[in-house]
Amino acid sequence: MQFEYSIEAGNFTKAGDASSSFKKILKQLNVDPQIIKRIVVSLYEGEVNIVAHANGGKVICEVDPSRVYIQLIDKGPGIPDIPKAMQAGYSTASAKVREMGFGAGMGLQNIKNNADELIINSEVGVGTKLEIIVNLPHS
Amino acid sequence: MKLKEIATILNAEIVCGHSKLDREVNAVFASDLMSDVLTIDSEKLLLLTGLVNIQTIRTSEMSDIKNIVLVRNKKASPEMIALAEENRIVIMQCSYSMYKSCGLLFQNGLNPVY
Repeated sequence: MQFEYSIEAGNFTKAGDASSSFKKILKQLNVDPQIIKRIVVSLYEGEVNIVAHANGGKVICEVDPSRVYIQLIDKGPGIPDIPKAMQAGYSTASAKVREMGFGAGMGLQNIKNNADELIINSEVGVGTKLEIIVNLPHS
Repeated sequence: MKLKEIATILNAEIVCGHSKLDREVNAVFASDLMSDVLTIDSEKLLLLTGLVNIQTIRTSEMSDIKNIVLVRNKKASPEMIALAEENRIVIMQCSYSMYKSCGLLFQNGLNPVY
């Protein structure tokens, strides 16, 4: 099963809509609540990042019996130094983003903590792609 | 501790979720930083915050937080209330500062997350 959501740049009113929709789907699929939380916290962090930092983008969520695979693909501006961006506390967030309660330089690290796998690819001037994998236990 | 006891201690007004005040709370986390809230993994949690925007509720939805107290006399917007009701989240508002609210709840036996 695959679900795709469009993410609007700078629109904090809608930030989290995709994560909320996907959470409802995971609940309907009877995924364990603890695993749902790990998935949606990761997705929400990534979604907020696109709203806060990128020129818009999209999220593609795939569910199969063994795992949830999420791709967050944005339209730039890209991350010049990924290891630096992964450092706790490092942030390029604007004042507006901080007013919304984010921009503390914790998002990517929190995604890493919640995901079984996190892959980041970024090209300055082109965009960033996050791949998040959360494994589902056999039932 | 039940939400209705927390409301009494904080002299808080119930904004939404009036039918859920028998819900039990085990621990409290206080923050205006949603990035911090998203790192918390705790059940039956109460969030104390002075951050009043739609992302306060979205963050709670993602973190499975069902109980929020807005401190410092902050008021929930109609959009926040609608989203909270959709997610069965209780919102209360109190006029006390974050420090006083935390102190009163701690004094009455509510534990921190860590």
